[in-house]
Amino acid sequence: MEPVEIGLWGVPLAILGGAIRVSTPFIFVSLGECLTERSGRINLGLEGTLVFGAMSGYAIAFETGNPFAGVLAAALAGACFGVLHGWICKFKGVNDIAVGIAMMLLGMGLAFFFGKPYIQPQAPDLPAIALGWWSDIPQVRAALQVNVLFIAGGLLAVAMAWMFRTTRIGLIVRVVGDSTDAARAMGLNPDLVRLLATAAGGALAGVGGAYLSLYYPGSWTEGISSGQGLMAIALVIFARWNPINCFWAALLFGGAGALGPALQSVGISQGYYLFFAAPYVLTLGLLILTSSPDRAMQGAPLELSLTK
Amino acid sequence: MSSLEHSPVQTRPTGARFLAGLMPRAEAVAIPVGALLAGFAAFSVFLLFVGKSPVEFFALVWKAGFSSAFSWQNTLSRVAPLVLAALCVALPARLGLVVIGGEGAIVLGGLAAAVTGTAAAGLPAGAGMMAMVLAGMALGGLCIGAVGALRIKRGVNETISSLLMAYIAIALLNHFVEGPFRDPASLNKPSTAPLAEALRVGDMPFIAAHWGVLAGVAACLISWILIERTTLGFAARIAGDNVRAAQVQGLPVSRLVIGFSALGGAFAGLAGYFEVAAVHGSANASLIAGYGYTGILVAFLARHNPLAILPVAILLGGFEASSGLIQRRMDLPDATILVFEGMVFVIILLSEMLYGRLRAFTPGFWETR
Repeated sequence: MEPVEIGLWGVPLAILGGAIRVSTPFIFVSLGECLTERSGRINLGLEGTLVFGAMSGYAIAFETGNPFAGVLAAALAGACFGVLHGWICKFKGVNDIAVGIAMMLLGMGLAFFFGKPYIQPQAPDLPAIALGWWSDIPQVRAALQVNVLFIAGGLLAVAMAWMFRTTRIGLIVRVVGDSTDAARAMGLNPDLVRLLATAAGGALAGVGGAYLSLYYPGSWTEGISSGQGLMAIALVIFARWNPINCFWAALLFGGAGALGPALQSVGISQGYYLFFAAPYVLTLGLLILTSSPDRAMQGAPLELSLTK
Repeated sequence: MSSLEHSPVQTRPTGARFLAGLMPRAEAVAIPVGALLAGFAAFSVFLLFVGKSPVEFFALVWKAGFSSAFSWQNTLSRVAPLVLAALCVALPARLGLVVIGGEGAIVLGGLAAAVTGTAAAGLPAGAGMMAMVLAGMALGGLCIGAVGALRIKRGVNETISSLLMAYIAIALLNHFVEGPFRDPASLNKPSTAPLAEALRVGDMPFIAAHWGVLAGVAACLISWILIERTTLGFAARIAGDNVRAAQVQGLPVSRLVIGFSALGGAFAGLAGYFEVAAVHGSANASLIAGYGYTGILVAFLARHNPLAILPVAILLGGFEASSGLIQRRMDLPDATILVFEGMVFVIILLSEMLYGRLRAFTPGFWETR
């Protein structure tokens, strides 16, 4: 189909399409971190988990020929990282923020180490659903090529919000996150709950990584993540630990990331490299706006070391 | 009768008393060293798992990092940025801040130094160098000082904001070396204009390493004196232990946090200056070499003690210097050193739980012998 001349309308359309494409890893990592932080622990290592998930997902998809096997492998690998993080943080005197930094370096190191043979070969992509079938304009169709993982992420956000609000598991996670003592008094094991929440969070981050290597950008390289895992963690603060808000915030961040390429597509290339900074500046700006000087952040789990 | 009134401790042999005094201090050395050895062991297991020889690995590290004058030159060229980047972590850490964006301060410091060096071409060499140093330190200090200010004024988590700063700094570097400050002659690797010969920093006499190593040693000493021997450092240590108590005492906690962060950032900016003036000769993507991240590990291994940073930086500098040889001889990827560093880092943090738990390091253990 020939591209139709749509002028500057191409910019918001490209941003919308970009937001949907770019936001998926943000959705998964931020939902994972949201779950972990609701249990009272912070995992800054999700950047490393994301990169390792991207590598393992790509490798398994290439070896088996099935992209969904890759997603599953990435989730398992992410859960392993989460278990390790959760186990280390269990000990008294260990700083969970510092452990996150160490796990970030370790995850990236292992991903680059084992990922060398997979930089060249082409793994099968995850399928996309054409939601733009109603339109004759190819740009609209391109923008509405929605990946199955994006839809899964949206459903997961709703499910997680429901879980926190109405289910027993959600209540347990919230109690552990707000008061270790209250949780113990209820006969819960806070360390175990946090370990499981960190493992589940790691698994989600791994899925986010698999999306990067299996759909967009769609191949495994060492520069595949440029801080998405870390921005997603900042995004959870901005979203006030609410899964639905995480989803919307991820879309916003995805749109910011798509700004540079969208402007370039209509011929505006001035300050191209500055637009690369847009998502980071936006994250920092939102963090500044939404943090409060007295540190008593509304909606934050009370046991979170981030807010203490 | 009088002999019964002697306290039991005085009747102990001097050896036990000596140990009782020494062992609590020895804990601060023994646990990190033990953790480092455990890290070596864990990495050896990893190498065996992937079918490589740990003996060959450590032999190559020795050969490429420490065995000859040439290998020491290789190691020391990495020590300068590592020491300065580690101080960028260690100084804010004394106030309880976990700052990990030293890479950004290095990049911005290097860029500022290179741009100032181009602009100062007409000045006498001494003044030009001084301007470059100040520009590099100022921008690095501004970058991390802002992180400290955001933490203390707005409660923004410094770990996240500093890493975001690093990504922004890298985008700025790319923007400026691709655009406004690009030297048209740099085709394959966009760079700023090469520095005039007079503005370059050479090697020190007798040691095959540039003056940045001496600057790093001086920065460590200054930091140590500041923390351990001045009232400012004393106030910072109190604030690092307990912010509320420090505020009740009327200590200027905000200024301490911002000041220590800015000083750490200024040291990282200085590292950027030396990378430009002594190593690359202009600012380009080579500034993004990961020293900021390895510096985090150096600081944590040294337990944020400026005097311990130097030997740790030499050790890790040697490991990084051997990366090339390990890739060629053992057919391992360049990420091998990153895996090694990640493992050591995790184990070092795990060892934090041992402090105060090992009975051999408590005075009572030796006094009751």
